[in-house]
Amino acid sequence: MPEATPTLTLHTRPTGRCAVLGGCWSAARLADPGQWSKISQTLVLAGSSRGVQWDLLALTRLDHTGAQLLWNTWGRQWPMQLQVNPAQQAMLQRVARFSGAELRLAPMSIGQRFLKLGEQLWLLWDHLLGLLALTGQLLLDLLALVRSPRCGPWRDMSGHLYRIGATALPVTALVGFMIGIVLAYLMSRQLRQFGADTFIVNILGIGLIRELGPMLAAILIAGRSGSAITAQIGVMRVTEELDAMRVMGIAQGYRLVLPRALACAVAMPLISVWTTLAALLGGMLAADAVLGVTPAYFFATLPRAVEIGNLWLALGKSMVFGVLIALVGCHYGLRVKPNTESLGQGTTASVVTSITVVLLVDALFAVVFKNVGI
Amino acid sequence: MNTRRAVVEIDKLWSVFHSRGVDTVVHQDLSLRIAAGELLSVVGGSGSGKTVLLRQLLGLETPARGRVTVLGADASRMGRAGAASRVGMLFQHGALFSAFSVLDNIAFPLRELKTLPADLVRDAAMVKLRMVGLEASAAHKMPADLSGGMVKRAALARALIMDPPLLLLDEPTAGLDPGSADAFCALLKSLHQELNLTVVMVTHDLDTLLALSTRIAVVADKHIVAEGTAAQVMAQPHPFIQAYFWGERGQRARALLHDSSKAG
Repeated sequence: MPEATPTLTLHTRPTGRCAVLGGCWSAARLADPGQWSKISQTLVLAGSSRGVQWDLLALTRLDHTGAQLLWNTWGRQWPMQLQVNPAQQAMLQRVARFSGAELRLAPMSIGQRFLKLGEQLWLLWDHLLGLLALTGQLLLDLLALVRSPRCGPWRDMSGHLYRIGATALPVTALVGFMIGIVLAYLMSRQLRQFGADTFIVNILGIGLIRELGPMLAAILIAGRSGSAITAQIGVMRVTEELDAMRVMGIAQGYRLVLPRALACAVAMPLISVWTTLAALLGGMLAADAVLGVTPAYFFATLPRAVEIGNLWLALGKSMVFGVLIALVGCHYGLRVKPNTESLGQGTTASVVTSITVVLLVDALFAVVFKNVGI
Repeated sequence: MNTRRAVVEIDKLWSVFHSRGVDTVVHQDLSLRIAAGELLSVVGGSGSGKTVLLRQLLGLETPARGRVTVLGADASRMGRAGAASRVGMLFQHGALFSAFSVLDNIAFPLRELKTLPADLVRDAAMVKLRMVGLEASAAHKMPADLSGGMVKRAALARALIMDPPLLLLDEPTAGLDPGSADAFCALLKSLHQELNLTVVMVTHDLDTLLALSTRIAVVADKHIVAEGTAAQVMAQPHPFIQAYFWGERGQRARALLHDSSKAG
């Protein structure tokens, strides 16, 4: 049954001006853009003039939204002359009864905004303390694990190792390979100007093994597994699984944080080496194609160009990155509040923070170990 | 009763689920007619397909065979634009959008129309908020800060915002304490009468069932085994009905029925 379009016409009768409503005054029909502009204009006109008679008898339907519209037009009081049937009367009375001043939230004053700024600072401090506490707890849990390795969460850990490490191999290899090619091509143009073609091995070797390989791997894993860790733990909060664990007396640090941190610590150096290898392969092929530096020469020169210290540094760095990514992921996951918005915010914050932390720590490594391997 | 316009007509419905190559038949030749103004309760054991029946009415499931007609149109058309003005659904856990405040949740379907001015939308939402018995101060709370009873009320207000003629309730009193459940029942009863709604309710709770229903349909053995008033249904010999109405809680149910017939 198609409902009639809502209408509103102003007549001048011998008794005075009269607003006649017709059709279906329901939210869905009123919201039709064509109808709404006409009706709202006529309503303003009818509402502004005094002593208008309102005739609702021709309406086929009046819902709460329609009644609210009329009530607001009347200035939240009954008009002097109104013709309605009992059902419409009841509808209008209900709206009149339940309508009232809404409690509006007061806008924030300047003082409150200033205090809000301070709150943000405290929040940052809170995050730092939280991360510190998590790190401390991780050390204690590690100690407990060393004391009784048989009770360790090994099954969890192997699962995370597979998910964080093994499944990340294709994407890290692809990205590494591409970066290697790009780097070799860019460098070759510059090196050719000086006739220093053979130094491509040194540049690729040091650059990829010491810096780019671990960094690329860490950023990819932060985006891939850091977000997964936060989302996983966050959903456990939303579905009250975390509360259930606490009630059962299962330590969250030992069962949730430790396996992830250990898995990341083990997987990250391996992925870093894997990415570096892929990048070196890409660089080697590109160098062969552009500069004519043969793979045989590449293999022969690489050990002389890059000291073994660089490799140890890269491995150590990657392990630290892995632990940091897992810790930041767990930290934000455990702080998710049980609603969907908080879950999204937590995951975003986790990825952004872990990438930032990785970059900061990498800079720290560069400064502290400036004498190693170069 | 049957002379009134039918709001819902289910004709020889088959609901079948496929899982790992196995077909599970939930409904088999299930027929049911719900007239305007009724408050029909669907009861049945766990896994008897009550919620699937509600989902069929909402067009969230597709019939394997048979037809489901809601408000004169095929149920598969329910989920289209403007669905909120045809049917309101109160989900078991409210299904409030956790990112929005209560008022924004209630106003959501109205806002989606895009045309109505913000003031009108807020006023209309406030009226619904008060109509379901919430305080004005609840308007700016987030769903996570509400008690179970308040969540149900806010969800009910959202279901009713477009004044749909048909309201579906999935376990409306589940998870509420007896006091809150009684209050919510009273609210549903008054809204059913005042707003002239047709209500379809799925419930396990015998008190809710007897307090609210104008008619009861019992789902068992994949179809409707009995329908009618509480007294008519309770007189049926089907084993599920005997166990449900005359089991441990039988005494209480009979007392309630006795009370309500005296009051009526």
